[in-house]
Amino acid sequence: MSGVRVLVGTKKGAFVLTSDGARKNWKVSGPHFAGWEIYHLKGSPADPNRLYASQTSGWFGQVMQRSNDGGATWEAVGNKFAYDGETGTHQWYDGTPHPWEFKRVWHVEPSLGDPDTVYAGVEDAALFKSTDGGQNWQELKGLRTHGSGSQWAPGAGGMGLHTILLDPTNPQRMYIAISSAGAFRTDDNGATWKPINRGLKSQYIPNPEAEVGHCVHRIAMHPSRPNILFMQKHWDVLRTDDSGEQWREISGNLPTDFGFVIDVHAHEPETIYVVPIKSDSEHFPLDGQLRVYRSRSGGEEWEPLTKGLPQQDCYVNVLRDAMAVDTLDSCGVYFGTTGGHVFVSPDGGDTWSAIVSTLPPVLSVEVQSLP
Amino acid sequence: MSQPSLDVRVELPYHLRTLARVGQEVTVRVDGPATIGAVIDAVEQRYPVLQGTIRDHGTLKRRPFLRYFACQEDLSHEPADFVLPEPVAKGTEPFLVIGSIAGG
Repeated sequence: MSGVRVLVGTKKGAFVLTSDGARKNWKVSGPHFAGWEIYHLKGSPADPNRLYASQTSGWFGQVMQRSNDGGATWEAVGNKFAYDGETGTHQWYDGTPHPWEFKRVWHVEPSLGDPDTVYAGVEDAALFKSTDGGQNWQELKGLRTHGSGSQWAPGAGGMGLHTILLDPTNPQRMYIAISSAGAFRTDDNGATWKPINRGLKSQYIPNPEAEVGHCVHRIAMHPSRPNILFMQKHWDVLRTDDSGEQWREISGNLPTDFGFVIDVHAHEPETIYVVPIKSDSEHFPLDGQLRVYRSRSGGEEWEPLTKGLPQQDCYVNVLRDAMAVDTLDSCGVYFGTTGGHVFVSPDGGDTWSAIVSTLPPVLSVEVQSLP
Repeated sequence: MSQPSLDVRVELPYHLRTLARVGQEVTVRVDGPATIGAVIDAVEQRYPVLQGTIRDHGTLKRRPFLRYFACQEDLSHEPADFVLPEPVAKGTEPFLVIGSIAGG
């Protein structure tokens, strides 16, 4: 019988949750790297036993970890992330130029075909690549040195590159997103980059329709249609049907279109999920009710999913990297909260249950579907 | 005339011990004067996983939330070529790398 392995990064370590295809009974392993912030961990599509994890600490800096046995054991690999060439400056909170400074790895993205190739999105925003299993990291500096780089500015949480989407049909193309610079696309394997923010409107920047400066929280893609992307921005949920050339808002009847996560059903490319958060001032669900919203029409029309989720006194947040879907026949949807829950729906969002509910604040959730 | 090698005892904070998979204290061999820089060099050479965790990869500056103590003195702000007290060089006292108290 098939099964799943859920990889959970938290403020105080990593946890690995495993179950069979029924996704009812779970085994919890961890904490791995106890006491460290695990921003993100993810498995290689080419070798499910190869995992990468970003382990960080305000005291000790960045450590990168690799597992070759599905998370049972780990080994530290290279942690040197040096910007390539002249560092340059971006905009600081007060508008003054500020030198790029490496702080941490927000997101790891293993390549689709080679377990030893992996990308890392870092703060201050840049994209790094390793082709030797994480031992050595080289910056793809065409992104940071894009002409707009000096205008990028950090959001309240820092200037992190948090989303990396690899086009399964075109190895030369990938998408990334940065808070708060916006979304970018490369069509030449990372050598050069193009801002893809046309159609975004952000009232909190001087020019609401500027080429860069938008606080994109997350982008999602269905692998069968890599030209269609869905975005949860600071405010607004959007989609593009032409690889980011033009976006349009699809917030529709959402009760609030602020939020962090967005994801796509594994078998239904027009079925998408968000978790509405009250506002940028109050990072918790409306009315203390934790509700996932699902659209089965690619946006605009949304339905609340509540069965099994706390519907009173719930004041948690769901962070940008904390939602994932599995690829079992009945698509499973997962998300983690800053209150330490990891919820699963084994039926595409109809019903939910908590796998765990007392973990440290959850920073990221990924899932692997195992044979 | 070359200087003798010294065996210097170094105490590491909990999280670096678990990262390097060592006990509370390690002993490293230092060739020449036991300066702060030479001792950290020796620690990083013996335990490469600690590179970048005590001091920054590029600048080699001490990470802000770590402190260096020895013989009941705070040496955190001394330069890398500062020669550690004789009891540290002789191995009778350890060089302490300490995580500062922060958070709640």
